[in-house]
Amino acid sequence: MSSSATGPKDNDFTVRIANVNGTGSASANAMLMKALFRMGIPVCGKNYFPSNIQGLPTWYEIRASGHGHLARSGRVDVMVAMNAETYARDHACLAADGYLIYDSTWPRSQLFNRTDIHVLGVPLSRICNENFAQARSRILMKNIMYVGVLAALLDMDMQIIKDLLNEQFKAKASLLDANQKAIDLGYAYAKENFSCPLPFRAVPIDKTRDHIMIDGNTTSALGCMYAGATVGAWYPITPSTSIMDNFKKFCEKYRKDPETGKSNFCIIQAEDELAAMGMVLGAGWNGARSFTPTSGPGISLMSEFLGYGYFTEIPAVLFDVQRCGPSTGMPTRTQQADLMSCAYASHGDTRHVLLFPANPEEAFYHAVQAFDLAERLQTPVIVLIDLDIGMNDWMCRDLQWDDAYQPDRGKVLTAEQIAALPKFNRYMDADGDGIAARTLPGTHPKGAYFTRGSGHNMYGAYTEDAGEYKAVVDRLLVKFETAKKLVPQAEIHASEKTRLGFITIGSSDNAVKEARAVLAEAGVSINYLRVKGFPFGKEVQDYIDSHERIYVVEQNRDAQLRSMLLLETRVDPNKLVPVLHYDGLPILAATVIDGINQDLARGKAA
Amino acid sequence: MSYIGKPKVAHPGLPRNELNLTVRDYEGGMSTLCAGCGHDSITGAITQAIFELSIPPHRLAKLSGIGCSSKTPAYFASASHGFNTVHGRMPSVVSGANAANKDLHYIGVSGDGDSLSIGLGQFMHAVRRNLNMLYIIENNGVYGLTKGQFSASADIGSTAKKGEANQQPPIDPVLTLLSMGATFIARSFSGDREQLVTLIKAGLKHRGLAMIDVISPCVTFNNHEGSTKSYEFTREHAHAANYPDFVPPAKEIRAEYAAGQAMPVQMHDGSRIVLRKADGAYDPTDSVAAYQYIHKHRAAGEIVTGLIYIDETKPDMHELANTPPEALATLPFARLCPGKKTLASIQSRYR
Repeated sequence: MSSSATGPKDNDFTVRIANVNGTGSASANAMLMKALFRMGIPVCGKNYFPSNIQGLPTWYEIRASGHGHLARSGRVDVMVAMNAETYARDHACLAADGYLIYDSTWPRSQLFNRTDIHVLGVPLSRICNENFAQARSRILMKNIMYVGVLAALLDMDMQIIKDLLNEQFKAKASLLDANQKAIDLGYAYAKENFSCPLPFRAVPIDKTRDHIMIDGNTTSALGCMYAGATVGAWYPITPSTSIMDNFKKFCEKYRKDPETGKSNFCIIQAEDELAAMGMVLGAGWNGARSFTPTSGPGISLMSEFLGYGYFTEIPAVLFDVQRCGPSTGMPTRTQQADLMSCAYASHGDTRHVLLFPANPEEAFYHAVQAFDLAERLQTPVIVLIDLDIGMNDWMCRDLQWDDAYQPDRGKVLTAEQIAALPKFNRYMDADGDGIAARTLPGTHPKGAYFTRGSGHNMYGAYTEDAGEYKAVVDRLLVKFETAKKLVPQAEIHASEKTRLGFITIGSSDNAVKEARAVLAEAGVSINYLRVKGFPFGKEVQDYIDSHERIYVVEQNRDAQLRSMLLLETRVDPNKLVPVLHYDGLPILAATVIDGINQDLARGKAA
Repeated sequence: MSYIGKPKVAHPGLPRNELNLTVRDYEGGMSTLCAGCGHDSITGAITQAIFELSIPPHRLAKLSGIGCSSKTPAYFASASHGFNTVHGRMPSVVSGANAANKDLHYIGVSGDGDSLSIGLGQFMHAVRRNLNMLYIIENNGVYGLTKGQFSASADIGSTAKKGEANQQPPIDPVLTLLSMGATFIARSFSGDREQLVTLIKAGLKHRGLAMIDVISPCVTFNNHEGSTKSYEFTREHAHAANYPDFVPPAKEIRAEYAAGQAMPVQMHDGSRIVLRKADGAYDPTDSVAAYQYIHKHRAAGEIVTGLIYIDETKPDMHELANTPPEALATLPFARLCPGKKTLASIQSRYR
C-alpha cells in the first residue's frame, strides 16, 4: 500500500529537505539516502534543483519504502525547512500530522500557524556558530547537522553514517572530524529535546542486497565504455552533461593504455549540437562506435543531420536526456516530451529507431544495445531517458556483464570480401532484410562509394530518376520492419482476467506499477505493458488487440506516446485513454490512480 | 558540362608514380559544372597533386558540403570514399572521421557560401582544433546553384551580373585564419595550376589544418566586368608573395635558387617546401608581417597568392587528445571493454 493512502509507517515515509542551491546540501542528502539504503530499506531520492549555480531554492526528497515503491510519493512526512525564502511553501506542503524541522536560532513563528503538524525547532545556526570558527564551514556544517537530527528522529544506524563519512572524507581528515562533530551535535540535540524516534522510523530489513544506488547518466556512460565506443562528440546541455563527464572519467581510468599512457578514446567538445552530430556521423562512417549525449534543444539542432544519417545509412548513437520543453523550457525539470520529435526528426520521410529505458539499470543495457542496433541497422539510434532517470539516484539491481559479449558490427565488408566482388554496390539489398552491406574508407580501392544526402540509387550513384529514388526509400521501409524484430520487446504483465490495460514508457514505470498494485488491492485489475523500443513490435499490436480499454500513461501534455501508437499500430482511438503528467516533477502513482478512477467513474455514469 | 566521357584507358606513355599508377587512376566522374568553371581546374590540380604524391586512392577520403564547389569530390579519385555532407557542415564530419581514423588523408572541398556563411562556425572550429586535413575553399564570391546571389566573400563594390553592387565588406578566409592561429594558410588562383598543385601537395603533407583559398571564377554568374572574382580581374591583380616548390623526403633541394631568394620550410614528415620568394622580405613564418603584407597589397588592389603562413610545430587534434598511434576505429574490442570484474569493482562505489 502506498503511504499516500495511509500515512507514514515504519519504512514507509518521505522526507523533504528544502535548501539553498550551492550550500553543500547535496552530500548531506546523499548520505541520508545512502544510510537508509545500507540499512536494507528500498529508497529513492529526487532532486528538485534550479537552473542556477548558487542562491535559488532547491529541494531533495527521500522516500523510504519497505514495499519497494520507488516513484515519487507525492506527500511529505518530514520537512527540513532550511531555506527562509521557501518556509511558507514548505510549511504548507507538509502532510497533516507531519513533522517540520526548522532552524530555531531566529524566531519564525508567524509562519508556523498550522496546528495539525508537529514543529521541531533546532537552533542549527547557533550550535554551528558556537562550535565552528569559519564562516563557510558554519554554513556547510549546518547542513550536515540535520543528518544527525534526522538520524535520531528516524532511528537510523549511526555506525552506517559514520562509515559513509569515513568513505567520503578518507583523504581529508580535518573535514571528517568537523562533519562527524556536526552530526553528533545534531543527533545529541534531537535526543535531548525531542521524543525519539518518531512514530514512524527506519527499521533495518534486507531488501537492498545486490542493488546499487546510481543515476542513469552514469550507467549510460558506462554502457558506452563497455560497448566499445571510441569517439564521443558533444555540446554541454543540461541535463545530459554528466553522461560525457562520466564517460571521460571512466575512460581516463579504464581506457588508458597501461604501457604508453595513450587514450584509447577521443572526446570532442563541439561548437554546437549540429557539429556534435556531424562528428558522430563522420566517425560512424569511418567505423568507430561514436555517440553524442544531448537534450531536446539539441535534438532540434541535430535534426538535419539525423535525416542525413537515416538516408545515407550511417550508424550513430544519441542519448536524449529529456527535460521540460518547449523551447528552453525548464532545463532542470523532467518530462517525456521528445518522443515525437525524436521518432520523426528531420524533413522528408524519416523514422528513427528509439530505445526507452525505464531506469538506470536498463539505461546501461540499452546503451550497449543501441550501438549494436545502430551498426546492424546502419542508422541513428536514439536512447531516450529523462532528467529523472539521468540525474537522480535510483536503486537498481547490480549491473551484469558477460565477458563473452562481442559487438555486432553489422554488415561491414572486409578487404578480402570486397576484392572478391565483381563490383561493390553500396545500397543493394542482398539479404531481403533491407540492410545493404557497407565498406569502410581505407579498406580496399574497390570498396569506394560516394555518401550523399541527395537522391541516390542502389549502386550509390546520384539520381533524380523516379524509380531509382523510390527503390531506395522503399527499401528503407523494409529495414524499418527488420528493426521491429531487433529492438527490445515490450515488458508485459498481463492476465486473462481483465480487458483493461496500461501502456507506459520509460520513467513512468514505477508510478504505474505502484498504481497497479494499489488499484489491484481496491479490486481493479489492470494489465501492464511498457514499450522499450520503437518501432513497436508485434507484441504491442497483440496487446492492443486483446484489450478493450488502455490507459496510456506518459509525461507530456500532448499524449505523444498515444499519438505514436495511433500512427504506428491499428487501433481505435477511443480505446486509448491518455493519463498525463507534465508539470516538470517526476510522475506520481496518485496521478495514475486518479486518472483511472475518473475514467472508471465516467464509464459508470454513462 | 560535357556529355562525352573520356574512355578509361591510359596511354602507355603516361608517367607512372611510385604505386605504378597513372594520373588517370586518380580521376573521378565526369564534371556536371558549367564549361570553363574554375572549380574544374582545381579538380585537375587536386588530381595531379595526389597522383604526384603517390597517395593510394583508397587511403584518401574526400568530403564536402553543399554547393557547386561541393560537387567536385565526385570528379576526382573514384577509388576514394567520398562524403557529400549537409550545407556548411563538412568540417564536423571530417572531425569525427579523422577522430576515428587518423591514418587516412582528408581533403575537404568547400565554397565561399559553404565555409564563410552557413558554415563559418564549423570552419573556424576545425581550424581551432587544428584538424589534420587539407581544406580547400573554391571561392567565387557568388551563389551559383541558386543563380547569382552575392556570397560573404564578395568585395564591396563588386557587381552582380544584373548590375547590383555589393555593399557589405567581405570575409577574407586568409586574414581570418591568420588572426586565429591557423597553421597553414595559402591562397591561389584556379588559373595558376603550377602554384596550386604545389600548394595542394604541401597542404596534404602539413600536419594540421591546411587551408587554401582558391579564387575560382564562376563563368556563368561572376565573370563579367565589375566582378572582382573574374578570370580577367584575378589575372590582372594577383600578386604572388612566393612560388612554392614541393620536395619529397630524402630528395635534394634543387640548386637553382639564388641565395636569399629561396626559403626551405621543413614539413613534419621530412619533406620540404621551397619557396622562391617574389618579394625578398616576405617571411611566411611571421604572422604579423603576413597580415601587414596582405593589407598593404589589398590597399593597392592586389590579391596576394602563395604560401601566406605556415607553422609546423603546433599539435594537431590527435596529439592534443593523446590518442594511440593506431586508428581508434581499428582497436580490438578487448582493448576497449574493461570486462566483468572491473564492472563489479566500479559498482562498489555505488553501494
